[in-house]
Amino acid sequence: MARIRTTVDGLVYEDDVEPRMLLVQYLRERLGKTGTVIGCDTSNCGACTVHLDGMSVKSCSVLAVQANGAEVLTIEGLERDGQLHPMQQAFHDNHALQCGYCTPGMIMQSIDLLGDNPDPSEHEIREGIEGNLCRCTGYQNIVRAVQDAASKMKPGASATQQSSAQPVAGGGA
Amino acid sequence: MIPAQFDYVRPTTVEEAVQALRDGGDDAKLLAGGQSLLPVLRLRMADPSLIIDLGGIAELKGLREEGNEVVVGAMTSHHDVARDDTLRQHVALIQEATKTVADPQVRHRGTLGGALAHADPAGDLAAPALALDAQFVIAGPNGTRTVAAADFFEDYFTTAIGEGELLTEIRFPKFTGWGARYEKFNRVAQAWSIVAVAATVKVEGGTISEARIGLTNMAGTPVRARAVESALVGQSASEENVRKAAQAAAEGTSPTADADAGSDYREHLARVLTGRAVLAAAG
Repeated sequence: MARIRTTVDGLVYEDDVEPRMLLVQYLRERLGKTGTVIGCDTSNCGACTVHLDGMSVKSCSVLAVQANGAEVLTIEGLERDGQLHPMQQAFHDNHALQCGYCTPGMIMQSIDLLGDNPDPSEHEIREGIEGNLCRCTGYQNIVRAVQDAASKMKPGASATQQSSAQPVAGGGA
Repeated sequence: MIPAQFDYVRPTTVEEAVQALRDGGDDAKLLAGGQSLLPVLRLRMADPSLIIDLGGIAELKGLREEGNEVVVGAMTSHHDVARDDTLRQHVALIQEATKTVADPQVRHRGTLGGALAHADPAGDLAAPALALDAQFVIAGPNGTRTVAAADFFEDYFTTAIGEGELLTEIRFPKFTGWGARYEKFNRVAQAWSIVAVAATVKVEGGTISEARIGLTNMAGTPVRARAVESALVGQSASEENVRKAAQAAAEGTSPTADADAGSDYREHLARVLTGRAVLAAAG
């Protein structure tokens, strides 16, 4: 067993874990953060994407012990004071999901993308989410949602929802 | 799936890592970014008794210029390689190839040294490293030694890194002012290269004065397309000249046949992609 101390969605957790425990297992099974889902379990689909120290990662391809001392942000940590993150709201507004299974990973990766590139072209959005698979939507509305969120998250955008929400931007920008 | 049980250590210096390798014996495995190793562990295609995590060794991360070289620490992430200004200016080819590795999440975790030490013939960084004559610095119980790229890649998933050793640095000679292009052919966005071509050329007054070309997945190791390189020198970078020179791209290769492509198709791809890569690099 290894002792780890990790900040997840703003709270500090200390736990003994087996070295072989994957970060996604730790989040789901120890912390009950089942908002982060396991899709393919082969590093392909991106459904388990979270931010580790501000950078998107596939949490099925990181050991929990590797997150020792790090900050983890999951889909469950985005909402502020009952208000959705602008990216979550944009996915809702643009009907950017059907079954919804890829959505937590899509949203986390899209936030990371905007952290690196606040004003991406359609092509840059498609490249930016290439590590996330959706088998329902054909990606059209996902791309629209990211464009919508980008316009609302731009510095100077008048998004009233941001006044109290203070969205979390990722991407190590 | 969940990996089989293993012990875990996280050294903070190269010396400690070498000691951990000695203590761990045959059954120890080094963990760099983990983007190849963790899937392998999950599939239980490997079950090492000890994992030595290199993530805590600060001296293995980052880049620096040293005279005519750019030195990249083995644990520098693809993400950092892809956005580094020094590499953009002096070693553009490794950066162009790195931008095509997998997807953003994998590039955040995966490392240059990890990918090169893994030596997957379909991996994207070995061919540019070979084309650029990179030098590999390897630390072990008897100190460090340096191996040229031409001697580093030995076979499928096999390199010159011996038992008890680890890769610490990759030293790239500067190719300042050379054009570079990594032309990759794969089926879907994050798939491995079926074939890819790493080309960097120096163009002076419209004439190609020097050319380096490395091929990905045309043998168990990366291969230099030397016949094309020499055919290009002294030529103007016209489409006709480049396409003609690229006809020699498959010479000396021994591509595999698998579900993605037969050997003859891989040879065809090597010729076509070499033409495209050289034209783009020269443009």
